[in-house]
Amino acid sequence: MNNHYDIIIIGAGPAGMSASCLASKYKVKILVLDVAISPGGQIFRAVETNQSSHKQKFGTNYLNGIKLVNKFRKCSIDYQSRAKVWHLSENGEVHYLKDNKTHFVKAKHILITTGAQERPFPVTGWTLNGVMTAGAAQILLKESNLGIQNAVFVGTGPLLYLIAHQYLMMDIPIKAVIDTTPLSNYFRAIPKIAGLRGNYNEIYKGIKWIGDIKKSNTFFINRISDLRILGDEEVNAIEYQKNGQWNKIECEHVLLHQGLVPEINISLSVGCRKIWNQQQACWNIDVDKWFQSSLPCISVAGDASSISGAVAAAASGKIAALNILAKLNIITAKNRDQLAIPIHKSLKTEMSIRTFLETLFNPISRFRIPNNNDTIVCRCEEVSAGEIRESVDLGSKGPNQTKSFTRCGMGPCQGRLCGLTVAEIIADQLNCSIEEVGYYRIRPPVTPITLGELSTTKPTVTRSN
Amino acid sequence: MNKMCDFDSIVIGGGMIGSSIAFGLAKQDEKVAMIDEGDNALRAARGNFGLIWVQGKGEKNSSYADLTLQSAKKWPKFNNELMALTKIDIGFEQKGGFDFCLNQEEFDERIILLKHIAENSHEQFSYEMFNHDELAKKLPKIGPEVVGASYSSWDGHVNPLLLLRSLHKGFQELGGKLLTHSVSDIKYNDSYFSVQAKNGVINSNKVILAAGFSNQNLAPKIGLKMSLFPQRGQILVTEKIKPFLDYPTGLIRQTNEGGLLLGDSHEDVGFDDGTNLQTMQQIAQRVTTIFPFLRDVKMIRAWGSLRILTDDRLPIYDYSKTCPGAYTVSSHSGVTLAPIHALDIASYIVKDGKLPISLNCFSAERFND
Amino acid sequence: MIKRIDSLKSEMIRIYFEDKLIYAHKGDTVASALLEAGVTHFQNTTSRGSQRGPFCMMGVCFDCLVEIDEQPNQQACMINVYQEMKIKRQANLLK
Repeated sequence: MNNHYDIIIIGAGPAGMSASCLASKYKVKILVLDVAISPGGQIFRAVETNQSSHKQKFGTNYLNGIKLVNKFRKCSIDYQSRAKVWHLSENGEVHYLKDNKTHFVKAKHILITTGAQERPFPVTGWTLNGVMTAGAAQILLKESNLGIQNAVFVGTGPLLYLIAHQYLMMDIPIKAVIDTTPLSNYFRAIPKIAGLRGNYNEIYKGIKWIGDIKKSNTFFINRISDLRILGDEEVNAIEYQKNGQWNKIECEHVLLHQGLVPEINISLSVGCRKIWNQQQACWNIDVDKWFQSSLPCISVAGDASSISGAVAAAASGKIAALNILAKLNIITAKNRDQLAIPIHKSLKTEMSIRTFLETLFNPISRFRIPNNNDTIVCRCEEVSAGEIRESVDLGSKGPNQTKSFTRCGMGPCQGRLCGLTVAEIIADQLNCSIEEVGYYRIRPPVTPITLGELSTTKPTVTRSN
Repeated sequence: MNKMCDFDSIVIGGGMIGSSIAFGLAKQDEKVAMIDEGDNALRAARGNFGLIWVQGKGEKNSSYADLTLQSAKKWPKFNNELMALTKIDIGFEQKGGFDFCLNQEEFDERIILLKHIAENSHEQFSYEMFNHDELAKKLPKIGPEVVGASYSSWDGHVNPLLLLRSLHKGFQELGGKLLTHSVSDIKYNDSYFSVQAKNGVINSNKVILAAGFSNQNLAPKIGLKMSLFPQRGQILVTEKIKPFLDYPTGLIRQTNEGGLLLGDSHEDVGFDDGTNLQTMQQIAQRVTTIFPFLRDVKMIRAWGSLRILTDDRLPIYDYSKTCPGAYTVSSHSGVTLAPIHALDIASYIVKDGKLPISLNCFSAERFND
Repeated sequence: MIKRIDSLKSEMIRIYFEDKLIYAHKGDTVASALLEAGVTHFQNTTSRGSQRGPFCMMGVCFDCLVEIDEQPNQQACMINVYQEMKIKRQANLLK
């Protein structure tokens, strides 16, 4: 049947593309589904079409993406762009939307490589017009050559310094960079450098970026203890607290970033088990060393299961692909193990920096658990931290009860931007662990679908999820 | 109150029924505890459509039809009381509601059904039939394939989650105590009850089981029997759209926040409260027949919920003869019957100690033979 | 202000926001085209009537909802511009 595949890969970022390139060398029928108009994921977004004369200034990692995208384009696979997966079942059925029509496909194995999202950054005023994420600024730059003039960059993590550095290289004026990394993180992180075993490249890069930013005229401030964004409907200033004193910077744009977290809704919707990663302070999808999830026909690799960066994502995609090929009896398990040796090795090298990075850039709890009860937690339904706390007082023990009391998590984003915050607030108030508190119950659709499109779906006899 | 007792009454179950009764008992100045399980408990209360629905109920039992209409009549007063106490607006509206007929046969059968209910009603149940053109005046976007609808002025809706929240808040404002545990045992000690929860034992004069399916395990401990079975209903939730639906209907209602709830289904799948594509598709097809413009509206979530049913679909109201002071309550219309539960049932429990003869027909003994 | 750092060489696309003509480029999303034209206020929420505009630019936050060719609730960051597209700010649906 021509809508039956051996493998369906969801997401054409580094992990998905690498998995496709490897698996397509064997006699397997592969379908790759991706929401964007061209492959690359977020990190290599628009790498094919970007014709900017500034392209070089995005850095070597971005340019390496072109090689991978070209390789991906040459693979013998069925690649569907602008394809939004809205329903998955654990027995390999996939429904996706493309061109306002819904399509049904089936595979023996599904590989989820849908990547990451930004960690929520719930501070007072973060919902004002003019506040965006650092990732949003990157997308505007890569896709449309647009630079946000005189923005204040706020937060912590490599991506923040990367984009600020890119702006610097492209002469886009920056109003200020406010670094929220606390001093204590440095003390905790430095001992972890030993784990890097000499692979200091990325650290040197980061130090250079920050050095360049500090050397330029950009106003750079760090070690702050609190933040609030001001404005009526639109941003007009940002205030930061340092050494007990509040200071104001007038601006029209604020770019927030405090790290990436896996976008787990798609994996949870099909029933994959999740685990709390204490070091990363976020949920991971529970996978084994082959990126096989708790469901036999589903693997989850790259940032979709745990944040590891683009190079590690590519390696994990390949490892997952090898394992799937073995499960499909295309290669033997022994073969798989052999072929995986060098890839596992390079993955290990890439991962060696993670402990250091995750310790250094662990966001402080002040910016994960809002103090101010007026701070919005659920952006979609505009539910405040105070309302969440009130529902806990009323007896709510977890996000699902809280959701039914406050509507938090009921909007179109289905908890992506509030799930972590809500769980942390509840755990903090009840003085228990996040694992005990849990996460929202995720239901289909993975992404919104019209009733007209739903009515024309080919009916399938699927077990419930 | 017996000196051994921590409470006058313990209500086991904090869903729509448990919290209605607990609220009612607290209103009667009883010292009440409500025991509820945690975040992931199977909760019919969270899977509620939110209708206050009279039309069509009690086809085979006029006492149930009467009870339903009595409850609907008490809703405005009940809403005012809750609002005054908790300040929460639960989105109560009672302008009447429609049940659609998608072909002539359905239309004709509906007339027979409602006529029968009206004739046997002691509460002056009334209804109206609307043909397509008349319906289009009330619901301008109605699709051409809809033959007509039945209307009852007693039908309405509330936001069921806010109702639950309001009942919980009202209960606590009135001095009630909420405990989060699961109950494993109940012992009758001649004049009081010992309820075994995870953290210890709680004693009270009276115990009311309103724990949904868990009632089945607990009822025998207080000398009562119950046989319940689950029936799944699936609901689709849409994005928010401009208000277009002035009246709730049996299958579609627009919430006060703007989203639509679309139903429904009746599935025999055991305790599976998941969703499946086939049913979601059937619901989508049906509602786009009723309102064709909905084809362009997006569903953002689907969920399944388990109705708690008895063999004859009627509620259970029982009091124990061997363990006086113990009661069981079960119904799948927790919203419609909330006023009866909060006002009447609670009152019978406190003042009479037993349930009135008018509720005898709802005893689980009707299943003995 | 949001400005192009480099001129785009792709085809010019005419779109309208609140009946006002905007020149966008092939490859722009509705969100990037509107941002470049100085529009930051895309919708008013139903919960509190607050002004919202793009936040994540990647389809996760649903803040960039606009009405496109009379269809409400369209995610501006996920849709590419096409000729003669008519975009309206999405007013609070419940008012």
